[in-house]
Order: sequence, then C-alpha cells, then structure tokens
Amino acid sequence: MAPSRQARSTPSPISPFTSLANLLRRSQRARLILLIAPALLIIGVFMLLPLGLMAYVSILERGINGGVQWGVHTVDAYVAFLFEEDLLGNLAINPDYLQIFGRSFLLSFVTTAACLAIGFPAAFYMALQPEKYRNLLIFLVTIPFWTNLLIRNYAWILLLRSNGLVNESLMGLGLIDAPITLLYTNFAITLGLVYSFLPFMVLPIYASLEKLDLRLVEAAFDLGANKRRAFQRVIVPLALPGIAAGCILVFVPSLGAFITPELLGGSRSMMIGNLIQSQFGAARNWPLGAALAFALLAIVLLAMMVYLMRFRRPPGTG
Amino acid sequence: MKRHLTAAVAAGAVLAGATAAKAEGELFLYNWSNYFPPELLTKFEEETGIAVTLDVYDSNETMLAKLQAGAGGYDVIVPSGYMVAILIEEGLAQQIDTLSMSNGTKVVAPHDAPFFDPERLYSAPYMWGTTGFTYNSARVEDKLEESWKEFFEPRPELQGEIALLNDEVEVYNAAAYYLGFNKCTESPEEAQAILDLLEAQKPHVKMYQSDGTIDRMISGEVIMHHQWNGASHRTWVDLPTAVYVYPEEGITFWTDNFMIPTDAPNAENARTFINWMLAPENAAIASNFTGYMNAIEGSSDYLDDALKANPAVNMPPEFADRLRPSIDCSVPARELRNRVWTRLKS
Repeated sequence: MAPSRQARSTPSPISPFTSLANLLRRSQRARLILLIAPALLIIGVFMLLPLGLMAYVSILERGINGGVQWGVHTVDAYVAFLFEEDLLGNLAINPDYLQIFGRSFLLSFVTTAACLAIGFPAAFYMALQPEKYRNLLIFLVTIPFWTNLLIRNYAWILLLRSNGLVNESLMGLGLIDAPITLLYTNFAITLGLVYSFLPFMVLPIYASLEKLDLRLVEAAFDLGANKRRAFQRVIVPLALPGIAAGCILVFVPSLGAFITPELLGGSRSMMIGNLIQSQFGAARNWPLGAALAFALLAIVLLAMMVYLMRFRRPPGTG
Repeated sequence: MKRHLTAAVAAGAVLAGATAAKAEGELFLYNWSNYFPPELLTKFEEETGIAVTLDVYDSNETMLAKLQAGAGGYDVIVPSGYMVAILIEEGLAQQIDTLSMSNGTKVVAPHDAPFFDPERLYSAPYMWGTTGFTYNSARVEDKLEESWKEFFEPRPELQGEIALLNDEVEVYNAAAYYLGFNKCTESPEEAQAILDLLEAQKPHVKMYQSDGTIDRMISGEVIMHHQWNGASHRTWVDLPTAVYVYPEEGITFWTDNFMIPTDAPNAENARTFINWMLAPENAAIASNFTGYMNAIEGSSDYLDDALKANPAVNMPPEFADRLRPSIDCSVPARELRNRVWTRLKS
C-alpha cells in the first residue's frame, strides 16, 4: 500500500501511463482484464466480427448481379433453405438442401468413427512406447501435414483410379478380373477425409493417454479386473476428454470439406461446403450462402452442447 | 467459365517481375489460371519496364465476388462477355475506348462490336472460344454424330466413360440447346425437362470436373469430355485421335476481355498493357499458349501451324451458324438453373 499512499500525497499531475500503472498495481481485476484483452481482441476481430457480418448478409436482399442490397432486409434466404415455391406459388418442403446436409452429416459421422477406430489403438500404442521413441512417433504422425491437402487428394486419385496402383495390384494378384470402381464414390470421399483428419484424432487421444497413471491399471488388475474390464472401466474413461476433443476436431472440419468431395467424389454429389461455395459463386446468391453457413453453425453448436453435457459427467457414473 | 480449380489454391502463387529493378511502375493483372504465357509477361516487362504481378481466379463469379466485396488493387481483369455487361452495369469498370487506342484498329469484326459492349468503350478482346465436347475416336467404333445426343444419351461403349465440366452454366446451357429451349428459360416445365435429361445422364457420367480435362483425356481415364476448344486443342496435340464436336443444336461461344476496374491504382499502365496485347505478335504468342483464337488482324502470321490445322481452334466456316453467344440470364432464370443443379447433386 506504500506506493499508492505516496501517490496520493504528491499533488503534481500524473501522466495517464502512471495512473494506469497504479490502477494495475492496485486492482487484480484490472490486471486480469489486461491479460485477457489480447485474446478477447482476437476473438472479436477474427471471429465475432466476420460472423456478425455473415449474419447480417443472410438477412439482406440479394443483388441482381450478385452481392447484396445493403439496407434491404428479408428472411427469404432462411425460407428458401426449407421451402420452395411450386409452380402454383405454394410453399412446399424443399428436400434438396436437407438431403445435402444429411449426406454431409452421415459422411462426417462415418469419417469420425473410422478415425476413432484407427486412431485410438495408434495413440494407445504410442503412449505405451518408451519415452525416447514417443517424440519420433508424434513426428511421424504429423508428416502428412507437410504436404498440401490438394496434393494429397490428387495422390489418392492416382492410387484409386481404374488404372491406378490399387486396381493394378489387385489384378496382378489375381483377386479381381476387371478394375473395380473405387474413385468418384462416397467410399473415396470418406477415405480421403479419414486420411486427411486422422492426425487430429490421434494427437489429442495420445495427449490424454500419455498422462495416464499406469498404476491405476495395475490397481484394477489387483482388484480382479481382467484386461477387457480394465480397458473399459479405467483406460477409456480416463481417455474420454481426448476422445471427445479428437471427435470434434475430425467431425467439424469434415462437415465443411469441399475439396475432397470435388476431387475424390468427382462432384457427383454435393456436401455442405460445395453448396455454400456454389451460392457465393455461380448462383450469385450471397444471402442464401450465408444462411446455409449459419444453419450449419447452429446445428454444430447444438450437437456440441449435447456432446459436452454428456461428457461433463464424471467418468463411471454413466 | 471455371477453368482450373487449382486456381483457388494457387492464388497465392504470385509471379513477380524479374526486371523489377528498372521498373517504370507496376501492374497488377488478375486473370484466369493457366491462361497467360509466363514468357509473354517477361516480354512485356522487358519492353515497357513495367513490373507485372499476376493473381489468378477460377471463375467469373469468383472475380466478381471479390470486386463486389471491395477488393481493390487490380489494374487489369479478364472477364467473359456476359460478365463485362455486369461489371459495366455495376460501375466496377472504367472507360478505356479500345478502338481509339493505337492498336485498336487491329480488332477484327465481329469482335469490335460485341453485344455486351457494342462500341468497345470498356473492354478489349483477349481470347474467344467455344464449349463443346471432345471424344477419343480411337475408342468408339463409328464416327459420332455432331449432336449433343451422343453426350446426353451416350451409346453403350461411352456409358460411364464421360466427364462433364463442373460448371452449372455450361452443363445447363448444353442441355437447353439439345432440348431446343432458351437457355435463359423462366419456365419451370422446361427446367424440369432439363433436370430429367441430366438425371438420366448422371449414371453414365464418371465425374463433373472442370480441372485437368486435358490430362484426363490423354491418360484415357474417360473417352468423352465436355471441354473448351482450347483445352481440346491441347489434348489433340498429345492425342491425335481426339475429335472436337460442334453440336448441330448449338454451341456456346464466349469471349474473354481485358477491362480496367474503376479503382485501379495504375490505370495508365493498364492501358499500356491492353494496347500492347492488341499487337498481332503478342496476341499470337498468347494464342499459341492457350490454344484459343484471338481477335487481332495479322496475328495469324505468328500462329503455330498446329493451331491453324486443328478444326477445334480454326473453326470450319460451315459451323458458324451453330454458335450461340454466352449471355447472362434474369434472376428467375438463374434461380431455376441453380435449383436444377442443386437437385441434380443432392
């Protein structure tokens, strides 16, 4: 308290900097605000501001030549998402966008499940290795990230196409007579997504398994649990935060993917990312594109809240 | 016209002038990807001392969206005809009065008076071409008819061996020509008929992709490809059995044009560039690279023989009445078109 008393006793004018410094010294709250200010600024400028702009664009009238008519408000875009006008001018449910949303969610769900099925054992194996090998293994997992996503998708085209490596090998082994259709299918899209996002599943699960206290597993064995029971009741619950984080990190970017469906799916059917892109591009309907992006955001947020509520319960009570 | 998807990703790949040291100024060119010979940029820099920076886009709409969103800093853009009209209407381009430039008299008819800019006040021609389809004649038994029928109702050996451009406008237009409809139709019944045709064709379509059409034909991944004629020419150079078809029901013909955005920082350099590109030799170098025809008198002296020998580029005169201009449609027509496209892919 000595410095502040001294400041009060000196009548000479103090600079704003000095007063700010004094405020920070006195108030823990002010220090806290200053410390989180950069984070708030970044969230505000790079997240809330663009999102707010998108929200505003979604309730504007479309411009004749693309763009929007500023100041002319309408909810047409949200109506168009769910309904279409039939020939007589009546509104009927429009299944197109819902179908595209449905396909995107299904493909993303399968992708997440496949990533979990491959990623969990991989992360478990990594966590059990001696410490000196672990960093090397993490390093190996991240290697695909060094190459551009587009290039990696092209590589899969070379592998999967009818005269590609996979078909040639299978035919060389005599397992098939004619090339099978692998490319330009939902299978190819899912494969591409799994390949692209697998590290996002492995790394968080590894992070939670690495901290796992193996004595707890030993204790489970001592108390009569067999391997399966110890895995189910001890290891998986302790790894749950990592699993949850991994699932979110895979599921959300899969939903927005648009390069993989275009290249590996041959654009035969759209995912949400392609739909939104087409509204800002060829369709020149910015409000609908923005509304679609918001519908996606709302659904993801809702799913995320349900998910978090489920996993916030302490392990073992569910 | 969406030529290369990679553009979206490669947009950051910027070609900066090597001669920047003696630069008299700068020029920011915003062009389609893979649509301007790099050596021609070097030639321009050497002759004028203006350093060029290139940025690329993959469709007219991408470029429009960027300008509408307020992106400044581009001196020269290269929109297709219908987009020229939109940019003029939106006040996004400035007057350049092409025909009064020193090389302006070299613009040949009818490119000196296109419907989208009848007096060439705002735009100068770069390349023009058509959107038809190419097939590998070595892999079909008979010669195909010059009709969209071969494309939309393929014979058995072509089923599953066809690739379409992933381009809402081009696919819809081709279907409208085949069915004899106005491509800007506002009739829901006609749009439904177009959707029925496209949905019946879809099982025979291997993929919808605008990127890599040339490689896909050469490697034999497909037998038939919906293609721009310049790409067809570049296919033909490596695959001599490739045949480009001008369907009798109609084929879209388009022109890409130079324009100067309203807020161009180096408008004077942009005018220098456009006038320089109207010189026959320079226009020919561009044609030799892209495989598309330019609209400049006297450029044929500098054209590669291959270009002149290929009917895909050097269109036989009897096909002239099959050409249909690329135009912009009304909002209701565009909405129908987008609904057809979305339902096709839902």
